[in-house]
Amino acid sequence: MARIDLVDLAHSYSGNSADESSYALKPISMTWRQGGAYALLGPSGCGKTTLLNLISGIITPSRGKILFDGEDVTQLSTQKRNIAQVFQFPVIYDTMTVGQNLAFPLKNRGVPKPDIAVRVKEIAHLLDLTPDLNRKATRLTADAKQKISLGRGLVRSDVAAVLFDEPLTVIDPELKWQLRSKLKALHRELDLTMIYVTHDQTEALTFADTVVVMHDGRVVQSGTPAELFEKPAHTFVGYFIGSPGMNIMPAEVRGREARIDGHVISLKRSYDALPAGAKIEIGVRPEFVDIANPAPDLLAAQIERIDDLGRMRFARVRIGDLKFSARVRESFSSADGKCGLIFDAAHVHVYADSRLVEGTP
Amino acid sequence: MHSIPGRRIIISVFLIFLLLPIYWLVNMSFKTNNEIVSTMTLWPHHPTLQHYMRIFTDESWYSGYINSLKYVVLNTIISISVALPAAYAFSRYRFLGDKHLFFWLLSNRMAPAAVYALPFFNLYSAIGLFDTPWAVALAHCIFNVPLAVWILEGFVSGVPREIDETAFLDGYSFPRFFVKILVPLIASGIGVAAFFCFMFSWVELLLARTLTSVDAKPISAVMTRTVSAAGMDWGLLSAAGVLTIIPGALVIWFVRNYIARGFALGRV
Amino acid sequence: MEKTVNQKAWFLVLPVFLVVAFSAIIPMMTVVNYSMQDTFGNNQFFWNGVGWFKELLDPSTDLGGRFLASLGRNLFFSGVILAIEVPLGIVIALSMPRQGWQVAACLVILALPLLIPWNVVGTIWQIFGRPDIGLLGYVLNSIGIDYNYVSNEFDAWVTVIVMDVWHWTSLVALLCYAGLKSIPDAYYQAAQIDGASRWAVFTAIQLPKMHRVLLIAVLLRFMDSFMIYTEPFVVTGGGPGNSTTFISIELVKIALGQFDLGKAAAMSLVYNLIILIVCWVFYTVMTNAGAARRVKEGAK
Repeated sequence: MARIDLVDLAHSYSGNSADESSYALKPISMTWRQGGAYALLGPSGCGKTTLLNLISGIITPSRGKILFDGEDVTQLSTQKRNIAQVFQFPVIYDTMTVGQNLAFPLKNRGVPKPDIAVRVKEIAHLLDLTPDLNRKATRLTADAKQKISLGRGLVRSDVAAVLFDEPLTVIDPELKWQLRSKLKALHRELDLTMIYVTHDQTEALTFADTVVVMHDGRVVQSGTPAELFEKPAHTFVGYFIGSPGMNIMPAEVRGREARIDGHVISLKRSYDALPAGAKIEIGVRPEFVDIANPAPDLLAAQIERIDDLGRMRFARVRIGDLKFSARVRESFSSADGKCGLIFDAAHVHVYADSRLVEGTP
Repeated sequence: MHSIPGRRIIISVFLIFLLLPIYWLVNMSFKTNNEIVSTMTLWPHHPTLQHYMRIFTDESWYSGYINSLKYVVLNTIISISVALPAAYAFSRYRFLGDKHLFFWLLSNRMAPAAVYALPFFNLYSAIGLFDTPWAVALAHCIFNVPLAVWILEGFVSGVPREIDETAFLDGYSFPRFFVKILVPLIASGIGVAAFFCFMFSWVELLLARTLTSVDAKPISAVMTRTVSAAGMDWGLLSAAGVLTIIPGALVIWFVRNYIARGFALGRV
Repeated sequence: MEKTVNQKAWFLVLPVFLVVAFSAIIPMMTVVNYSMQDTFGNNQFFWNGVGWFKELLDPSTDLGGRFLASLGRNLFFSGVILAIEVPLGIVIALSMPRQGWQVAACLVILALPLLIPWNVVGTIWQIFGRPDIGLLGYVLNSIGIDYNYVSNEFDAWVTVIVMDVWHWTSLVALLCYAGLKSIPDAYYQAAQIDGASRWAVFTAIQLPKMHRVLLIAVLLRFMDSFMIYTEPFVVTGGGPGNSTTFISIELVKIALGQFDLGKAAAMSLVYNLIILIVCWVFYTVMTNAGAARRVKEGAK
């Protein structure tokens, strides 16, 4: 179990002298709490796998330091760092049984045989693999194999952290849920630091206490799922999290008002000191915009279609050229598709150059 | 992690081992016969192009190359054209006797050429194709067609069925779908199969010599004509040999990026 | 991917069937025919039943003696070259450079011996081994080793074996290389994390992943070496004496040299049968391996 600190860590695949804007991972400093369950969320190419591989030691960073419990491990090899990593597809040793697979890391370290047997039984029990211990590992299903991969990491009692790189990619959908719950249960029971990389927000939001959203090599926001939903610090977070994502529109903001298409939307806070020349946008989640019948004081829009997502109905509308999503209550219907939008001021956020502006109350 | 200690030395020594005899052949091809028999030199002290000139100008020599090329190209075309529909059938359908047919095809690839020498001799003489490139081209089909089917079946299996179904829904007739849609998708597979057909046909010689005598004589037969009153014409023989290596070398050079991929095939 | 049952597929397969049948079945029929007959010459044949086969398998007859002796030579030859080429091929595959222009250069040189017509392979070694004009022969003799593949049986065998290793090891190496390249990096990373030693990485990851490829390599090499004809024929002609006369060479001698059709036909059939059996084993093992894999994937 370890606290992991990243100090000004950055990495470029094309060498140290490369231009910073081309870095796969831009300079980042942050702390991962001991025993925390983290999700690293972001689209492909955002740098999350790079970050994971830097922590596990598969890659040596171009710049910066990594500390485990205060100790500098930047130059240490992977095996000396004592981490466990579970990859996208199950990595098992084909010629060995399940039991032999689990025993492998301990055998390599010269742990005495009786101790190995005890430990393997413990971990197998934890992962519900006990009935399969003597079967050849290749014969098992994909989710069982992933459990074996995980088991090989957990079998070392001094493991510092467990890193997951999109581990559920090859698992059948019905089993994904089971495996996810298992991981969460394991986290609570073993009190390990777990870092889980994924591009699927559902996985991230259900697994983690803290979600770290990455975009284009940078950490854009890090917080609880609720924080990410309510108050996205970056337009990317707003757009990426939530289904459908947040609506982002350019607007003129002055004081307590935002102007779109000549129409005024009142805001909860006052924004007086916006940086000059910046791209100003407002963001509001579809859950906080209601569709109503057209009225002169409401922003006008044209309904293109209505999607029923079960828990809620969402309408895709158009304001001029802009595409927008908003919530449709049961009672609403429109003959010609014209409607007006009602904004919940408390949930309208202002962004300058894609970053959240706090505003004064 | 991936490789072994001392790998640079190992691979260098092996590559030198591979290149040495070839270098020696090239070396000899540029020497006069006089120099060859009288001294042992590592490079030609009196280099000459006479052997190559002889081959390029003497019709009985260069026709050997042309004849060889004729049946190789013929065979490659026949093998691929015939194998393509069969590969599709094996990949997409189950039909009566399909497994047995596939095994029978494969077993032909494993047939020793010596076994067919005499029967083919009789057969092709009987139908009047003896001493033509057709005889050799057809004879080589016995091991090239199964190979082509085997390779192409792997590639066709890599194309999802949905593509076929979409094409048929869109109104494509089967031949049109095959030519306009399927073939471009498995182009690299066709390339690999053609490469192997070319290779096996170009190097095979027992049947090529058995089934020809004068008109369609392949280069391998011509090369035996290097004994004369003055003894073995080593220089000429070497030059002829070097020239037979060139088509192969050219082909590998052009497909060098596909070699490892090609060997990996989905089957392997 | 599921296959549908469709008997009309036979139309697609018909061209292949006809071409190969024409090349395979008709000749084989004549072979079977001849194998049961004897001739007085002048194209007059009389029935001999299984006479030729009995003679073939009887070491005391001339035919049987020759056949069984050449069979023995073939088995010994195949055994030796497999024992050399397979480990050597694996070592070469493991020694390949990782990336850069060196990879393509190595692949090109490795592939070169495979694309040389077999008679030229024979010619190359025929020249290379001669003490008067060949580098190898000259060097060996000048350092005191008395090397002459024409008159000395042992030297002839060594030459034929080294020639085959030179010719075909690349096939094993290239197949193994392709097999190795298909191993995803994650396996090596996981092994690193598990603290595995270099030897453990070879036995636990690389060798198992190469096992299908190795199977193909071993079987292909066994087949082709068992059928070998041109290369040794060009270098030694089967000699000195008949010390390097393999089955193919013996067969062609009898068939096309002596036109002893009955004997040749019987020998052809037995020869073919041996290969067919090995081929059947090949096919069964491969399809079982493939079927096992499919069952496993289907169960997921």
